[in-house]
Amino acid sequence: MFHLWQGFSIGAVIIGALVIVLVLYAVLRFRRKGDNIPKQSQYHIPLELFYTVVPILIIFGLFAATLVVENKETANPKTNVTIDVNAFQWGWKFTYPGSNALVYGQTTQNPEMVMPVNTNVHINLTSSDVIHGFYVHAFNFSRYALPGVLNQFTIRAQSTGTYFGQCTQLCGLYHSLMWFRVKVVSPSAYSAWLTTFNNPAAAAAVKAANKTTAQQTSSVVPSKPATTKYGR
Amino acid sequence: MKVEAKVLLGLGVFFGIMCAVYWNWSLENAGGVMMFAAMLLCFLPGGYYYWWSRRMKARPEDDPQATQASGAGVVGAFPGTSIWPFTLGMGAFFVVLAMVFGLWFLVPGLGLVIWAMLGGTAEGRRGGKV
Amino acid sequence: MTDVLDPPVHVEFHDDGHDEHHGPSGILKWITTTDHKVIGLSYTVTAVIMLVIGGVFAEIIRAQLATPNGTLVSLAQYNELFTMHGSVMIYLFAGPFAFGALANIIVPIQIGAPDMAFPRLNALSYWLYLTGAITMLSGFFVAGGAANFGWVAYAPLSNSVNTPGAGADLWIGGLLLTGFSAIFTGVNLCATIFYLRAPGMTMFRMPIFTWNMLVTSILILLAFPVLTAGLVMLYCDRHFGTHIFSVAGGGVPVLWQHLFWFWGHPEVYILALPFFGMVTEIIAVFSRKPVFGYKGMVFATLSIAALSLGVWAHHMYTTGVVLLPFFAFMSLMIAVPTGIKIFNWIATMWRGEVWFSTAMLMAIGFLVTFLVGGLTGIYLASPPLDFFTHDTYFVVAHFHSVVMALVLAGMAGLYYWGPKITGYLLNERIGKFQFWFLFLGSQVFTFPLYILGLEGMPRRLGVYPHDPQWKMLNDISTLGAILIGVSTILFVVNIIYSWKKYPAGDNPWDGHTLEWFTTSPPPHHNFYRLPQIRSERPTWDYNHPGHQAVGHGKQIEPAQPVEEVPVS
Repeated sequence: MFHLWQGFSIGAVIIGALVIVLVLYAVLRFRRKGDNIPKQSQYHIPLELFYTVVPILIIFGLFAATLVVENKETANPKTNVTIDVNAFQWGWKFTYPGSNALVYGQTTQNPEMVMPVNTNVHINLTSSDVIHGFYVHAFNFSRYALPGVLNQFTIRAQSTGTYFGQCTQLCGLYHSLMWFRVKVVSPSAYSAWLTTFNNPAAAAAVKAANKTTAQQTSSVVPSKPATTKYGR
Repeated sequence: MKVEAKVLLGLGVFFGIMCAVYWNWSLENAGGVMMFAAMLLCFLPGGYYYWWSRRMKARPEDDPQATQASGAGVVGAFPGTSIWPFTLGMGAFFVVLAMVFGLWFLVPGLGLVIWAMLGGTAEGRRGGKV
Repeated sequence: MTDVLDPPVHVEFHDDGHDEHHGPSGILKWITTTDHKVIGLSYTVTAVIMLVIGGVFAEIIRAQLATPNGTLVSLAQYNELFTMHGSVMIYLFAGPFAFGALANIIVPIQIGAPDMAFPRLNALSYWLYLTGAITMLSGFFVAGGAANFGWVAYAPLSNSVNTPGAGADLWIGGLLLTGFSAIFTGVNLCATIFYLRAPGMTMFRMPIFTWNMLVTSILILLAFPVLTAGLVMLYCDRHFGTHIFSVAGGGVPVLWQHLFWFWGHPEVYILALPFFGMVTEIIAVFSRKPVFGYKGMVFATLSIAALSLGVWAHHMYTTGVVLLPFFAFMSLMIAVPTGIKIFNWIATMWRGEVWFSTAMLMAIGFLVTFLVGGLTGIYLASPPLDFFTHDTYFVVAHFHSVVMALVLAGMAGLYYWGPKITGYLLNERIGKFQFWFLFLGSQVFTFPLYILGLEGMPRRLGVYPHDPQWKMLNDISTLGAILIGVSTILFVVNIIYSWKKYPAGDNPWDGHTLEWFTTSPPPHHNFYRLPQIRSERPTWDYNHPGHQAVGHGKQIEPAQPVEEVPVS
């Protein structure tokens, strides 16, 4: 992604600088000095073809690069760690299938999603009410949490640390305060964190939480799966 | 007439191709239907112009060598002033307010709309200011 | 009649023709008029008032964001403010200004027509627009406040559970009215351009502005019905218990996004193409050269229109339910015709005689600002890069670069055609001050937003207590917004200062197209006389015989000298 960004930027800077230089040269060099009427040239087919064909070639290049990166980003490789993320007005709930772990928090409570480093983490993103945006700036990725759609993607953190995430899609009054954190830890710390939930209280809590989510989203996830990836 | 027809038919053909590619590729219905409708919406007037362009002489405005004199005659009938657009607009305004504040707004709203339609039609038929 | 026209125009007046002398006066004249110039002027004034209202909202928003924990407005009020800022600017200023205001006045004159094809429908358009604007803005005066779901009104946030109250309904109602107004204007412009051209004004001799308005009108007719249908569905969902966009009843929320953006992306070009047209005219006139690559320009416009219907889902990349490669390709392709336009504009100025009038300065300012907005648009067309920047300030900065460019172009249009409409020039010195404030203000306003977007600031935040380091850039942006505000004040000052001070004459800029052939302001049915039309620059051909356009080594029409012929 970063290389794609660089590529686009190099192209944009070159073309932008070229156009600005041309504009400045044209307006400064050809300032009106008297009451002359310049040559009334209107067509120059080779020139016009040139600046039609060259942009098309550039666009094809950009599109090819886009396709390559896009396929990499939207690929869903097989993963061992799965996190169910549920967005609601105005907070987040993270549950970990196969364990009792549960993180839940609204606005200023800053729920903290824990995930292992250097591991492909599969995210199942849902929404209980309106459209939210799952966005972690450090991961260079965002995806809508749509009611009625199960959005799945894979993220991979390169280094440990705590990252800031926020809802990006306007979701009502406290949209500005709908935060969460992502805590990336070593795989061993991650397993240790999961085992802290191995007690009946946590099990009951996650059961209750899953039940609420199921109630809230019972109508949300369609009973019959969508026929295609792109909608119904 | 020919250029007008070509512009609209050309757009329609492009939308048709785009629709076929998109619908077959994505199987997403909303966009497919909308692009199909866009194609039809271009073919409708485009076909009309094409049909007429084959059946009538080039109009003065289609003739590169036309002189201003060739356009002599009545250009069209243009009303001087008319109160009915305003009446109709206010009627539509009240109808919309009825959507928000309650059905009783429909009384003045539809009243003004009907009055404006009658008045406007009468004005058109009488050929003058009412 | 005979005291006005000799020989008389062969236009059949339905009234007795003495209307302009003995007709109603004062407010009744304004209410009953069907003259496209008066309606266009009403549109212009209303749209500029909307620009000021939307601008005031913008200044409040920027003041709120100047500190991380802004307390100028509450979060609820903030949501209303940015919703109405976007709505006013897009629905009530930019659109109507583009296709209702200047186009309404200029297009019939540019093609030598006495009026729009349907003058009464034209008047109705204006009244629907005005009442739509009043309806939408009156949301601030009802309990619960104005609409607060963003100008895109994504379902299900816009349903009756999440946004109860009259403000949202007023928003829908106002949008229905302005939507119909736009559709009627589109019909009217199409019919005018197809049926009321002067003899010899073939399609490929129409000025670029008229061409762009034709394409805009076609886009309006293709796109606006979709919005209207979507709004009706939304209203039914809110009040009649349908479940078109609600999951609970088996509906699909994303459908709203499909409907909205199927209108919304062509709308971007509905806004932009008229301004492209204005800039094309202005650059050609103030460079004293014909539009370079006229036919290429027309085909570029047409291909922008054609492509614009196939790109709507690039606003929806991050929904995860759209076909990414198709929309990425179509969106990237739009850069090609847009690039052709930019290079044609430069080539028009090349070896010309560039006159730095205020209008031309504004047009050059448009070129530079639009270039920035266009190049950043290419980033956003690429899904992987959009995943990174979607709904951050990068997007906000991108489209504000574009719309600030359009505001510059609109100002250029007002300075260029204002004298034709009113008969009086505006002060050039104040105009140049206005240009520098507006141009530099736009850059100071947008550039920090690009960086903020890359630093990850999401849009539509009323407060950002977690990231106080964003304060600096937000403050710079607020400064830019203040500069833009000053430029608007300068514009109003200029109008007051120059009020009836500098008579313009018929052709102050040595114009190319037919509107500069008639008087300023034009008479009731626009022309006392018309030149023979042998190219897309009839007035130029008449004023400068022997300076016809040449291309590729050979002389282009007109072959014979142009002569003036009275309208008959």
